[in-house]
Amino acid sequence: MEEGLARAVLWGCLLVVLGALAAIVGHVLVQGLPGIDVDFLTTAPRASGREGGILTTIVATLYLVAGALAIAGPVGIACAIYLAEYLREGSLERIARFGVQTLAGVPSIIFGLFGFTAFVLWLGLGWSILSGSLTLAAMILPTLVKAAEEAIRAVPDSYRQGSLALGATKGQTILRVVLPVAMPGILSGVILSIGRVIGETAAVLLTAGSALGFAVSPLDSGRTMAVHLYLLAMEGISVPKAYSTSAVLILLVVGLNALATRITSRFTVRR
Amino acid sequence: MRRASREWQRLGERCMERLLFAGSLSGIVTLGAMVVFTFAAGLPVILRTGLGRFLLGQHWRPLEGEFGIAAMVVGSVFVTLGALAAAVPLGLGTAILLSEFAPPWVRRIARPAVELLAGIPSVVYGFYGLVVIVPLIRQHLGGVGFSILAGSVILAVMILPTLITIALDSLRQVPDSYRQGSLALGATRWQTVRRVVLPAARSGVVAAVVLGAGRAVGETMAVLMVTGNVAVLPESILSPVRTLTGNIALEMGYAAGEHQQALFASGIVLFILTMILNGLIQLRRVGRVAR
Amino acid sequence: MSLRRVSTLVLGLALLAVSGITVGCGSPAVQDTETVVIAGSTSVQPLSELLAEEFMKERPGVQVTVQGGGSTAGVRAVTDRVADIGAVSRPLREGEEGLKQFVIALDAIAIVVHPDNPVEELTFEQVREIYAGQITNWSALGGPDRAISLVTREEGSGTRTAFEELVMGGTPIAEGAVVQNSNGAVRATVAQDPSMIGYLSLAYVTPEVKVLRLDGVEPTVDNVKEGRYPLARPFIYVTREAPQGLVKEYLDFVLSEAGQAIVEEAGVVPAR
Repeated sequence: MEEGLARAVLWGCLLVVLGALAAIVGHVLVQGLPGIDVDFLTTAPRASGREGGILTTIVATLYLVAGALAIAGPVGIACAIYLAEYLREGSLERIARFGVQTLAGVPSIIFGLFGFTAFVLWLGLGWSILSGSLTLAAMILPTLVKAAEEAIRAVPDSYRQGSLALGATKGQTILRVVLPVAMPGILSGVILSIGRVIGETAAVLLTAGSALGFAVSPLDSGRTMAVHLYLLAMEGISVPKAYSTSAVLILLVVGLNALATRITSRFTVRR
Repeated sequence: MRRASREWQRLGERCMERLLFAGSLSGIVTLGAMVVFTFAAGLPVILRTGLGRFLLGQHWRPLEGEFGIAAMVVGSVFVTLGALAAAVPLGLGTAILLSEFAPPWVRRIARPAVELLAGIPSVVYGFYGLVVIVPLIRQHLGGVGFSILAGSVILAVMILPTLITIALDSLRQVPDSYRQGSLALGATRWQTVRRVVLPAARSGVVAAVVLGAGRAVGETMAVLMVTGNVAVLPESILSPVRTLTGNIALEMGYAAGEHQQALFASGIVLFILTMILNGLIQLRRVGRVAR
Repeated sequence: MSLRRVSTLVLGLALLAVSGITVGCGSPAVQDTETVVIAGSTSVQPLSELLAEEFMKERPGVQVTVQGGGSTAGVRAVTDRVADIGAVSRPLREGEEGLKQFVIALDAIAIVVHPDNPVEELTFEQVREIYAGQITNWSALGGPDRAISLVTREEGSGTRTAFEELVMGGTPIAEGAVVQNSNGAVRATVAQDPSMIGYLSLAYVTPEVKVLRLDGVEPTVDNVKEGRYPLARPFIYVTREAPQGLVKEYLDFVLSEAGQAIVEEAGVVPAR
């Protein structure tokens, strides 16, 4: 009796969760998909986004993703390697780990405030792709480090021992043996981070600005898709375009998730 | 020749180690820089107003130089508690089902679906809340619709993925031998879950809840769009409220001088709030190791 | 020992290079003559974007970037040289008079309600009493027996500042008013609730909401131009120094006949 009731309640929970997902995604896709065509994706917005497409916002989003990854990628992977391969437990390890973990819990708006004072004003970079990239790099750093460290730790010790026994140095072993094996795990961390960059609004608005033109140099300001959506919806510029922009964002996230799943599953199979 | 090349090799190793070492400090350095910059910008206002009056003051009139954030702190706390009240049972229930009862094909479908929920940009949630949830609440429950309830509903959905994935992982880590032992003693599946699996996964489940709370406190845009942003102590869950994050995002664009410093000051409070939540998890972890 | 020193040196050089790149990128942000950066009021932003679009059509190769941020942020962006032009949607304050200012348009602030609300007209005094929280039911204004809900803009917004100065005259806005941080959000809030009243830039009014007559006058372009509609405020461009080069060309374009025609097309009242 209790058993049956418990199961019914648990299935109910799942249905509510999936129902919420279906309601939100369904609502947005139904309203937004009809407005998406090749033109929408390949023309620049006109009249503040009331007409035209979202090409410039796609460009700005890609630019920001590339910038944030270029900055946070090497640093984050270096951090993960050091944490996993060099550091023994101790106060230094605790400090490094405390930094990364605390950073993971900091709200994005705080990153925005920080980026605004530090990069936009103090360094004088202005509202720009560069300011935005630096800010977002700080934001995705914990995600990258965590994924990369886990992937590196998952590499069996026998690989390292084999390499070292053949006379390779520790550095060579890491670069030629450990990293290639850990790469799929690192990549799925990268994809997760891309998702966060694409979806972030508050921090981007405060640091990369909201200019609608084509961003060419890293010092140009740019409006990402998420910021564009926020302005379209909140300024009430064009609700249909807002729906279409959200639909594009959701499709992008679905694509990224599928990619991450494929990479991870391949990784698991190979192990 | 050979000696020279070995020296170069060692030099390379050293360089690499130093670079990696520098990288490992990136987290703490970034955190330090953020603390320095936000505190430098916000602390003067807190000191001038006095910590007590800043935290407990009920009036937020930034243009008249009155900075009391009590209403915003209460707003953030209530919206977060409301979200947890809805999301914790739902999320745990889903995690337990997927881990213990559901056939594998359900898990294969549900898990990516839940992860998709995590990837949807917060503005999309806010937009949905604005056009669907807010009118629903106004028509069926009264008030203006913009409310603690609206914020909690949206936040609950947004933190579900965090709750479910972390709780699911910690449930899956409970060794199967525990379950088999309990079942062999004649317990039903549900009894096994309640008496054996859940207690064994407790610390992971608590971590899931705390991380979910952290996400809820820190969420900005979605909440801003549906809570009505009234900086007054709420009377019921149908009252509009302003959250700490909302306060910053709302007024940042127009703020200057002392007003802007006051927004950084509310940022500091938020910062400390999330540090405390984070500290809770890390303390638990240390405690577990010690045990 | 020498190896350690060499490795430290290499690392130091690398750090230096990185910081050099960062600093090198930092300085010439605004001086660049081929771009004009405009930042400021969100009320002016759509208008600036339209103007910029047309200007860039006439001057290919030139880049005009338009940022939001808010009136006060716009002023500061100009003072800090982050932007060339600041867009402000309220009269300039003390300490801001040193800037060069150009009124590019006049904007009416419309009082709006839900289309189902039978009320058509309010007096200045009634609007003030509603927003002060003294009149709390639509029945007192000839409407149905329904509590009045207010929506206002956030502290510091140009639209709110102008509304407070012109309508409230020192009386604070009731604390229970819902706060939204954009014209569009105010409109959406009013459009979905029959008990709401709000105020927003005339350029943002759509059929989703009903515009009320104020003291018997409808907020139209003509009524604002003739000074009949009492609730209007200027849209101002500010610069740090007397404008030169491309900034001057852009300002000249905005104030030209062609530029002002675009202003009128956008639903805002031309300045000349």
